[in-house]
Amino acid sequence: MKQRLIPSLLVSSMALASLGAQAATVTIGTVNNGDMIRMQELSGAFEQAHPDIKLEWVVLEENVLRQRLTTDIATGGGQFDVMTIGMYEAPIWGKKGWLAPMDNLPADYDLADIFPSVRNGLSSEGTLYGLPFYSESSMTYYRTDLFEAAGLSMPEQPSWDQVRDFAKALHKPAQEQYGICLRGKAGWGENMALVSAMSNAFGARWFDEQWKPEFNGSAWKDTISFYVDLLGNYGPPGASSNGFNENLALFNSGKCAIWVDATVAGSFVTDASQSKVTDKVGFALAPQQVTTKGAGWLWSWGLAIPASSDAKDAAKAFATWATSKEYSQLVADKFGIAAMPPGSRASTYANAEYMAAAPFAAKTLESMDRADPDDSTLKPSPYTGIQFAAIPEFQSIATQVGKLVSGALAGSMTVDEALSSSQSVTEREMKRARYYQ
Amino acid sequence: MSISSLPAEGTAHASAPPVTVHEERQRQSRLSLAMVSPSVAVLLIWMAVPLAMTIYFSLIRYNLLYPGDNDFVGLENYYFFLTDEGFTAGMTNTLLLVCSVLLISVVVGVLIAVLVDTSFWGRGIVRVLLISPFFIMPTVSALVWKNLLLHPVSGVFAAVWRFFGAEPIDWFATYPMEAIILIVSWQWVPFAVLLLMTAMQSLDQEQKDAARLDGAGPVAIFWHITLPHLARPIAVVVMIETIFLLSIFAEIFTTTGGGPGYETTNLAYLIYSQALLQFDVGLASAGGLVAVLLANIAAFILIRMIGKNLTDKG
Amino acid sequence: MLTLKQGRQLQTVLLGTLAWLVALTIFFPIFWMILTSFKTEIDAFATPPQLFFTPTLENYLHIDARSDYFHFAWNSVVVSFGSTLLGMLLAVPAAYSMAFFETKRTKSTLLWMLSTKMLPPVGVLVPIYLIFKDFGLLDTKFGLVLIYTLINLPIMVWMVYTYFKEIPKDILEAARLDGATALQEIYRVLLPISKGGLASTVLLSLILSWNEAFWSLNLTASSAAPLTALVASYSSPEGLFWAKLSAVSTLACAPILIFGWLSQKQLVRGLSFGAVK
Repeated sequence: MKQRLIPSLLVSSMALASLGAQAATVTIGTVNNGDMIRMQELSGAFEQAHPDIKLEWVVLEENVLRQRLTTDIATGGGQFDVMTIGMYEAPIWGKKGWLAPMDNLPADYDLADIFPSVRNGLSSEGTLYGLPFYSESSMTYYRTDLFEAAGLSMPEQPSWDQVRDFAKALHKPAQEQYGICLRGKAGWGENMALVSAMSNAFGARWFDEQWKPEFNGSAWKDTISFYVDLLGNYGPPGASSNGFNENLALFNSGKCAIWVDATVAGSFVTDASQSKVTDKVGFALAPQQVTTKGAGWLWSWGLAIPASSDAKDAAKAFATWATSKEYSQLVADKFGIAAMPPGSRASTYANAEYMAAAPFAAKTLESMDRADPDDSTLKPSPYTGIQFAAIPEFQSIATQVGKLVSGALAGSMTVDEALSSSQSVTEREMKRARYYQ
Repeated sequence: MSISSLPAEGTAHASAPPVTVHEERQRQSRLSLAMVSPSVAVLLIWMAVPLAMTIYFSLIRYNLLYPGDNDFVGLENYYFFLTDEGFTAGMTNTLLLVCSVLLISVVVGVLIAVLVDTSFWGRGIVRVLLISPFFIMPTVSALVWKNLLLHPVSGVFAAVWRFFGAEPIDWFATYPMEAIILIVSWQWVPFAVLLLMTAMQSLDQEQKDAARLDGAGPVAIFWHITLPHLARPIAVVVMIETIFLLSIFAEIFTTTGGGPGYETTNLAYLIYSQALLQFDVGLASAGGLVAVLLANIAAFILIRMIGKNLTDKG
Repeated sequence: MLTLKQGRQLQTVLLGTLAWLVALTIFFPIFWMILTSFKTEIDAFATPPQLFFTPTLENYLHIDARSDYFHFAWNSVVVSFGSTLLGMLLAVPAAYSMAFFETKRTKSTLLWMLSTKMLPPVGVLVPIYLIFKDFGLLDTKFGLVLIYTLINLPIMVWMVYTYFKEIPKDILEAARLDGATALQEIYRVLLPISKGGLASTVLLSLILSWNEAFWSLNLTASSAAPLTALVASYSSPEGLFWAKLSAVSTLACAPILIFGWLSQKQLVRGLSFGAVK
């Protein structure tokens, strides 16, 4: 029985896979972030409006998704019709001709409503390649109750020195209350996002005008020493393996006094279903130091359509729906107005009801306004991007540097060792990419 | 397979002139070739095609992020792989990981196998519990250990440490390699137990009883009777686990990401990070080939050491 | 003063208790995972960890609402059984000929087969991805069946080989004198004798295929994605996720765990790799 059952099952399942060609099937690859999960939940409404389009979801954690999407698009695998990609990939992939341009959008989509910096970030040479699902800058979250009890007050935009003093005063590990939570987990989208923005504030840059790295300069040394000292002394245990999610969990369970991270967390820390500190959170701009330039980052998750897709029209219909005003309204109706996808549309911030319901909205808007990817370093730099440099080699370089920085944080190497290794790793990669000999 | 053809063939055999030994041998060797060749052929294709492509990729400049720029670069990829900061660390960590887990699973495996060989109440359930970790997906076990057990704030271990008034340990920052070894051992000790438990059942009880009558203590019995009996299964455990341990990846990926620094980067992870974090296919291909070479050297040494136990009947 | 019998009894009790302690310690992570899957997210992250709490099914309901568990589970079943079947079809004849018609090359062939397992999968991902793309095998169950068959085949051949080696040759000789063909020999004599060993080979191949997480993640998108991909969609998302992660892990491991428990006796009896004299 068994022997006969299995081959027939095998055959029938293969037959099933080849069916369903007449209705357009759109395979969507996306990140398992809260906003995207909501999109998946609400997608029934889209399928009802478009009975001829069937949606398939591939929801993965960020790192796995990125490797999956990159392998597929670079080899022309054609497994996905909609890809969730960021400001780093969109211009690079668009320029290579891997993505279908997002033109001829319906008039009611109101492209002009999308923040120019976000639009530019998802474009290459004036052509838009991704529609922004949500966008974020970074800001400082702090616990108003703890600050009040300790008689401290948070300025509009603190300096990193001030942040350290606050963290020192509020660090009480015996009560499981930690002065500061910051990203420590290695990865170019994890610790290096924070560290790069921080280094901008300290006056550092990734590359000089000749594309030479500057890790042996004093600005980087100040940044990393400060970071290791701050997080090592006043951070939670396990800081070197905490990324955005881990820190969010710590902050939400009331264990962090200060947290500097993405503005998108605003709606999570004020959401009573997952946070214990909803009414005790204050918001300030991301810390400055010797400059305010590039102190807060800019990122956008966009929906893009690979050139290899065989259902481009259906995919575009979905991408426009999921990034439209109509979709925002749907989220507001279903999950409350504060849950609307943040950071992309001016109309969201013109909505008085949203501004009243979302205590973090004003600071989010201000942070987004201040972020300028074209001018983010004190000294001039040859690249665009605040917490990244929009060149293909950056991902590889920052992955390795991120590992070294987390090593310095965990104490397995000194700051000087980490920096000199970073310098040589980066020079090697740039040489490999033929920027210079 | 039709059974009805059997008698006909049987009679044909009987009436035919006696088959010479030579013909029979030829027939057999043809047959045996026909039977072994499907497996050999698919494995050959499986090995040769990707291998050829990998060798080719290792000689060109090939990064997924900037394709169309595939110059022949000779041995440059090998040079960059061998001089990568992570390479020495990768070698040492691979060796450390394989050896420690082997040692732990053999020693603990033997002790547990001996322990559960005595009869006691609920032995069946104990056995089921003991081998359960082997059925768990490596990713899941890494996630459970990282988030539920070793987490420095909310993990079970942290609670135990606090209960005894100690400061909880931040495992993945302070003892990253030890933590990985712990997780991997947790998965592979049950495999050793499984094999050694089976072997214990065939241990001659009379021999043990006779030794006991001669006044041998439990330690002497273990040393002179049990352990020699287990030599062969131990060799099998070592062989199989080595194959899997050389390419341990999921546990490192899920917990430490090879860090902090390069402390938990083994060769498999190093190649992963070059292939799928840096998308440098050329470099990763070179790395893959270096890893195969090293693994084969290791296998050669291993077979020299324990090979007798594997292929010869003792 | 204890009598000899009492001393024996005490020893049994002590050893039994020790064995139970060891077993419970080793099983604890699995127990804790299952327990956590019935907690609320807030309870799951509580310090100190809670042993007693009001159980909830909300995590399972959440997973049921968000993903089609049975789609993933079905893929896992098809792929692991399919590859095991195909693997056995290739492995049994190969092992037969190696065990009963041994030549000078047999041992080196066997070792060469094992050495194909040593190429780190990630090193050949791009070549395989390109091949799969050209043959239209990406995101198909058949493609995964092929890959799993190939990666498990060496171990399977080796295991079956060792079982066949234990069979006395004269049994086969007798069958041959009765005029049986080679296939009949395998089918009617060899397979019944080595049933136990073959069963445990099947079991091991099922376990390895079920738990494989590299190829299954990288070669599938949605239609062929097995349970390992489901787990990946719940690992490290935003917010508190410990309880949901535990629930999805429990769901992913439960079928193979229960299967393993049920067939445990068979596995213990057969999984000797010819290691028992």
